[in-house]
Amino acid sequence: MSRKLLLEHINVPGIAGLDVYRQKGGYRAVEKALKTLTPDEVVEEVKKSGLRGRGGAGFPTGMKWSFLAKPEGVPRYLVCNADESEPGTFKDRYLMTHIPHALIEGMIVSSYALGAKASYIYVRGEMMPQIRILEKAIAEARNAGFLGKNILGTGYELELYVQPGGGAYICGEETALLESLEGKRGNPRIKPPFPAIAGLYGCPTVVNNVESIAATVPIINDGGEEYAKIGIGRSTGTKLISASGNLARPGVYEIELGLPVEEFIYSDEYCGGIANGKRLKATVAGGSSVPILPANLTLKLANGEPRLMSYESLSEGGFATGTMLGSGGFIAFDEDQCIVRNTWNFSRFYHHESCGQCSPCREGTGWLEKVLHRLEYGHGKMSDIDLLVDVARKIEGNTICPLGDAAAWPVGSAIRHFRDEFEWHVKEPVKSQTQNYGLADYAKPIEKTAEVKAAE
Amino acid sequence: MSDNKVKVTIDGITVEVENGTTILNAARQIGGDIVPPAMCYYSKLKGSGGKCRTCIVKVSKGSEKDPRPMPKLVASCRTTVMDGMEVQNITSPEVLEARAGVVEILLINHPLDCPICDQAGECDLQDLGYEHGLQKTRYEFERRTFERIDIGDKIQLHMNRCILCYRCVYTADQITDSRVHGVLNRGDHSEISTYIEQAIDNDFSGNVIDVCPVGALTDRTFRFKNRVWFTKPVDAHRNCPTCSGKVTLWYKGPDVLRVTARKDQFGEVEEFICNTCRFEKKSTSDWAIEEPTRISDTSVIAANHYETLRPLPVIRPNEELREANKKELEKTVKY
Repeated sequence: MSRKLLLEHINVPGIAGLDVYRQKGGYRAVEKALKTLTPDEVVEEVKKSGLRGRGGAGFPTGMKWSFLAKPEGVPRYLVCNADESEPGTFKDRYLMTHIPHALIEGMIVSSYALGAKASYIYVRGEMMPQIRILEKAIAEARNAGFLGKNILGTGYELELYVQPGGGAYICGEETALLESLEGKRGNPRIKPPFPAIAGLYGCPTVVNNVESIAATVPIINDGGEEYAKIGIGRSTGTKLISASGNLARPGVYEIELGLPVEEFIYSDEYCGGIANGKRLKATVAGGSSVPILPANLTLKLANGEPRLMSYESLSEGGFATGTMLGSGGFIAFDEDQCIVRNTWNFSRFYHHESCGQCSPCREGTGWLEKVLHRLEYGHGKMSDIDLLVDVARKIEGNTICPLGDAAAWPVGSAIRHFRDEFEWHVKEPVKSQTQNYGLADYAKPIEKTAEVKAAE
Repeated sequence: MSDNKVKVTIDGITVEVENGTTILNAARQIGGDIVPPAMCYYSKLKGSGGKCRTCIVKVSKGSEKDPRPMPKLVASCRTTVMDGMEVQNITSPEVLEARAGVVEILLINHPLDCPICDQAGECDLQDLGYEHGLQKTRYEFERRTFERIDIGDKIQLHMNRCILCYRCVYTADQITDSRVHGVLNRGDHSEISTYIEQAIDNDFSGNVIDVCPVGALTDRTFRFKNRVWFTKPVDAHRNCPTCSGKVTLWYKGPDVLRVTARKDQFGEVEEFICNTCRFEKKSTSDWAIEEPTRISDTSVIAANHYETLRPLPVIRPNEELREANKKELEKTVKY
């Protein structure tokens, strides 16, 4: 068993309540941080831990915190991004449902580190049960003296607010989230200025993912250096992975970063292999917006080395042969799944969720979806495949926020790796309506390339 | 060089501008072909820009201090210059390709009804399409359509043509008192609208027509009256209690067919005018005539009265540029 930090006590009955949570060592981090550490020391611990943002981009959290502007007389805010709506990602919802106090505790520690006196948890509107759970947990924490004025007699004051969103994917983008939190239409802002300079109500703001904030609790408890010992290279600590798709045991797993992908899929400790004894065809390793990979490239790097679950290893090989860890939404497809249909499905999502502010994404996502729909339903043309690549390339990088990239990458990568299957849909329009392309050679093992010996 | 001035090089032409100027405005100080097109940015409207993505440029050198290029193409209207920045606009094939892509994407849901559109001839999208668009569209699906809406008795909203630049939203927000005009829905079903199709009812509402880069918001008093290239623009003024009273009158023969605000060389309104001037004062006797409006010689409206060509100030002292622009310079002698 590998180490669990966030989900250690997940199976303890009543852990959602404050009493059980405290019995299991909860709120130690608050006491330690508020009573023995200065805010700067907390930031320093997080920096030492090497914690990287768990929301998708993987930006070092400690560094993000140290960028926060601290002008005199201007309030600072911490905003927790719980607008988890990436298809394939459901780790934050799981965490908030089962151990809400881990998030509350993390919020108190992080707010203290940043000097925030009011902090917000922006929860996706569809997650009404989680909103209630969080509100109950906040009330419990306030009654126990962890929130409000003069927390634990240290003079530090903090109010926590839960704000339900309207259920828009775009509000998971940090500046759109801030707009929405201010009560405006959730359109991403044009950066710069970054939220660290002018965020919520024009004040310096840090926006962090639920998991990143919860991870500060074990960092403060054990110290940043201890935390950094877990994991591999610059991917330190543990990560929640939302495993879904054709797996024998889908669910949320906490892994130590650096776990081989093969072990994650096939070992009994984690997903237990592919369901119904089928074979793996492809995976989306980090939520719907990261590039899709065929089975062979999922398990092995292009040079035949095993691929690991870490920020670096998953992105090894760039977009040609790699993908990204993203938010950890791991979706597995077995041999009977249709990649064209899946790409269309993702595209439909981005078309629906585009905010409509900047032109390439507003018009381009709809175009991609329509062309993919045509291909999937057997009305496609050979030229459509290149058209898709071209449109995706015109969206990518030319938009205000990363939603444009997120819409373009799955399409570009699906065609890059599964072009045969797209062509088959054009060549066999009737057959493709009743059958699937199958596994083909997408799982063909990659031979380890002989190590090149340095010239003597 | 003083402290608040920075040097920026755009397509090989260096210009010294105020610190905090955007790339687009720096390019406008140079002028000529290197000015990126702007469909959504409007210098008079706070917060505008960044949305249409036609003004994207490549920053090949970030600044003197940090010479790394910017990883992506940036919206020039919202990126401020740094000292020593080097920008490529029309000299970068990458930029031209991306811009052509944006234009294609802007046109996929556009009805292309220029033959019956009042804006034709002074339409930014038409100009852009002419410069960058393809002859043929690759979009083979049904285009998005909306019903036409009359916003009051003077303005018509033709949402099919809209490119969602948000200029009218900012105008309604910033030059009028209450917010009555905004964007509904999301993604490609977004639409500009007023609250429950209410009329926009205040003295300056007509300005949304002038800021609209396409034919989405048109003047109902001018609707189908004439093609703009058959009308002659003349600058005029009157003593107006509400606005500056400085306008352009559009004549066909002796009749004033419409009144608009005066626009500068980048198509931006110089001073916003009130609805009384715009919609009601439509006879020559209401106005003191000044002179024919200066119109760029590239415009179809200027068919009969070309403005004298004036070479860019940067060309005169520079031997190489003078050589490269020989033909243009010869023209300036001719007229």
